[in-house]
Formats: sequence, C-alpha cells, structure tokens
Amino acid sequence: MMKRVEMTVASVREIGRDTFEMILQNAYIACNAKPGQFLHLLVDSRTLRRPISIASINQENDAVTILFKITGNGTKWLSACQPGVTLDAIGPAGNGFSYDEATMETALLIGGGIGIPPLYGLGKELSKKGIHIKTILGFQSKEYVFYEGMFQEFGKTYVVTNDGSYGNQGFVTSVLDQVGNFDRYFSCGPIPMLKAVTNKLSDHQGSISLEARMGCGVGACFACVIPTDSEGGYRKICSDGPVFAADEVML
Amino acid sequence: MTNLSVDLPGLKLKNPVMPASGCFGFGREYSEFYDLSQLGAIIMKAATGEERYGNNTPRVAETASGMLNAIGLQNPGVEKIIANEVPFLAGYEVPIIANVAGRTTEEYVKIASTFYKTKAVNAFELNISCPNVKKGGIQFGTDPDMAADVTAKVKAASNLPVYVKLSPNVSDITAVAKAVEQAGADGLSMINTLTGMQMDLSGRRPLLANQTGGLSGQAIKPIAIRMIYEVKQHVSIPIIGMGGISAAEDVLEFLLAGASAVAIGTANFQNPYVCLEIIGELPHVLQKYGFDSVSAAIGRGHYAA
Repeated sequence: MMKRVEMTVASVREIGRDTFEMILQNAYIACNAKPGQFLHLLVDSRTLRRPISIASINQENDAVTILFKITGNGTKWLSACQPGVTLDAIGPAGNGFSYDEATMETALLIGGGIGIPPLYGLGKELSKKGIHIKTILGFQSKEYVFYEGMFQEFGKTYVVTNDGSYGNQGFVTSVLDQVGNFDRYFSCGPIPMLKAVTNKLSDHQGSISLEARMGCGVGACFACVIPTDSEGGYRKICSDGPVFAADEVML
Repeated sequence: MTNLSVDLPGLKLKNPVMPASGCFGFGREYSEFYDLSQLGAIIMKAATGEERYGNNTPRVAETASGMLNAIGLQNPGVEKIIANEVPFLAGYEVPIIANVAGRTTEEYVKIASTFYKTKAVNAFELNISCPNVKKGGIQFGTDPDMAADVTAKVKAASNLPVYVKLSPNVSDITAVAKAVEQAGADGLSMINTLTGMQMDLSGRRPLLANQTGGLSGQAIKPIAIRMIYEVKQHVSIPIIGMGGISAAEDVLEFLLAGASAVAIGTANFQNPYVCLEIIGELPHVLQKYGFDSVSAAIGRGHYAA
C-alpha cells in the first residue's frame, strides 16, 4: 500500500552527464517496493511531485536507489540534496513488473537513457531467480553511459550510443538481431524507442514501463492517461502502470 | 469547542472543507490515505452525458506556485458514475456534490435529471466554467444570459440545490453571479481555473497538447479572494470558495472574504492529506484570530459586515 513517508538521503553521486544516483532510506518503502514501482517525490515545496522510478531495493539496509537526470529546476534541486536531508515521498507508487517465471528461461532487458533504472532492479530480481539475462542499453553518447558494468554482472550486455561515441552506433533496435533467443522482454525508455521496440518484437511477449508528466500520481486526476484502443479505452500511467503488457496500450 | 459546522442549502457540513472537483476523482484513491467521512463534503469529478476521453497528453505543467491542467473533462459519463462511483462514496458519512458539465443546455439538464432520479447526490455544482473543452463549459459561464438560462433549466429539472461554478475568465464576474442568483441558483462556487499557457522551449510549441490550460494552485489565491469579496457584496446566496488553498489560514481568508465553505484542489497533489490536516488545524486558526465558529467568520472581512 502506498504511504506518504519521510526518506533520508544516504548518498548522492553523479554517474553520467546530468545523471544522478541517490540512495534513500526508509524501512517501509524498502520492505514494500517492487522493481518497476516509483516514488512520487516532493521537491523544493513545488506544486507537483516528481515521479522517479526505483532502480534497486536493499531491504537489509532499509534503502532504495533512485536514478534521475536533471531536466529542470526540480531535479536540479534534488541533485543538490546532501546526505542526511529528508525528502517527502509517496510510495511505493504504481505497479511493478509482473511475469511468469516458470515460462521464462531467458529475459531480454532493453533500456534507453533514464528509462534504464527500473530494469536494473528487475535484472537483480530475475538474476536471483536463476533466469538468464541479456541486456541492451541505449544512450545519447558516451558521457551519458551508466550502469554498464552492473548489468554485465547479470549477463551479456550490449551498449548502443546514438552518435557511436561508445559501443555500437545507432538505436537499441539496431542490435536486436544480435542478441539471439529470449522468452520475454522488458523495456523502458522514451516513447519513440518503445514504439520501435514493440513493433520489432511484436511476435514476443513483453512488458514496457512508461514515464509521464503526472499530477496527483495516485490515479485521481487523469493527467497521465494513455489510450488502449480507438474506442475510448484508457489506462492511467501512474496507477494502472507504469508497467504495461507491450500490447496493452497505444504508444 | 470551536464549531466548524456550516449549513448550506441542501448540505449539512460538519466542517467547511471539501475536495474540489477534478482533483479528487471519485474519492477512491484518497480513501486509501484516510477515512473520507472526515470531510465536510465531496465534490465529484465532472459528469457529462456520455463517456469522454478528454484531451491528448501532456495535460499538466507546473508553473510558479501553481500548475496548468487541460484534462478535458475525462469521465465515464453520468450513468456509469451512478452505477460504479456513487455507491462507493455513499458508504461514507459525507454529502456528495455532483459536478455537472454539458456541451448543450439539454445535456446539463439530462445529467442533472439522471442524478436526481436515482437520489444519488445531495447537490449539484453546475460547471459552466471549464476552460479546457471546445464546446460547452466556459461558453456558458462568460455570458450572463446563457449562464442564467442553463441555471434556470437545471433548477427546474430537480429539487436539489444548485451551486453554479463561476469562471474568473470574465471582465465582470459580479454580472454572471447576479444573473445566476436571479435565475434561481442556491449558491455559487468560485473560482474555476484561469486560462494560461506555457511554452516548451526545446519543442518550440505550447507544452500542453491542448495548448491552453487552466491555472490553479497558490498563484491564483489573491484573484479568488478578490472575486469572492466583490461578488459577496452583490449576492445573498452562499459561496463555496476555492483557488489556491493549502493551509487553514487560507480557509480563514476565504471565510473573511465571504465564502461559507471552501474546496481544496491542487494542494491534494502535493499533500494527499491536506484536507484532513486543514480540518485539524482550522479550530486553532479560528481561535487565534478571535472566532469560536466558522459561521462567525463568514464575510467578516467586509467593513459593512
């Protein structure tokens, strides 16, 4: 169940250009969060909270890790929070990744930019369950690359940069035919990337996680809806998602 | 004991605080945070005659001390609201106000009659001020004659009290207020959002898909206070005040300006417990400023009062 809690900043570090990793402590969140869920964080007393996905969960230390990119004043303020500062968070929000582990021997993780973080927590969970993991990570360019080594611990990891300054040049879809067989894919990243991924992998089962500008973050305000078909159906990204089956929503 | 209760036409409120329409859905989500029976009343998200999907996304943008929204009245339609949402709210000890929004006068009347027949709600908030739909909404709220006409017709459709929600996007809000009072409105609710726009610098276009949106939040509070203060001098029906309330002191400010009760919208997004916290704080704030009841403070900011 979602609660409003105070989380204490344990550490903050820049791990790529404009990209920060922050460890936050709160026993309730660490105990209840699942990969794919998010925190709705109050930043600098601003009107709207910032939804930020949970990258990993460490129950032993009552901690969760979030990763975020500076895109405006709210995330800039967040990046300047020092250890010891407490943040007001609503969480764990939304629904995490779900899957049938019995039918999955190999999973493919496909992440783009700041969409990569929730896939790390998922990878950790799948890896513990003995599921074989392959990963494709896409970034704008070399300076933005993060977590490559951490995904390599799960299995073969392909890195792609749009400008070719690191790894393969192109998009995450450029290396799809190199990865070989897998039973199910999990993807998170910008909408155009998710469109390309779901189109190319339409013969595979998959889950996608979406980001959106949110209002309430709890399902009440209808700010972050996404259509499901042409008949007026919809899902709320904050409360029905942010994780959806690949064929559930219209990107 | 500070008396927080307020009696309005058709509504016995245990306290003057209710969540504003559109910011609280149909209560389910916030019922996970606290017992909704503690609220003074609940104003439901707008109901239209048929299901509506609303505008494209992005639908929200943050602004200095506020936000823009252009949801576009997304809702499942009056029938489904009565079937699926009202029974849930009816499980709480709290009056229910239905916000009614149509494209035409006939649609307003149809929605009100449908609610009335099922005895599902205690009062109507007549939404003639939504800035985010192409037809209906604000068209009715900016013309005193049209506002009066739809008010009279919805009044005639039921015995339930009608609170008309006024738009601040007019040059003379008192003209609309007086017109709807004459047409039989039982009360006013004010203010709806102010039309605004934000540019997306990298996209070189308006950020909201609808281009314009309604500005809400703390930024609009002084406008709401001014408009309520003006309108209060020209009407005798009660006013439910709203616009940027986020603390118990704000509630007292609205009461002094002439509101008899208040609605809280945007602040719920920042703090899901805000209504509850304000209800808890209100007795102390009233006492601090020399009032032993909510009623004693209503309109006391006017020299003539």
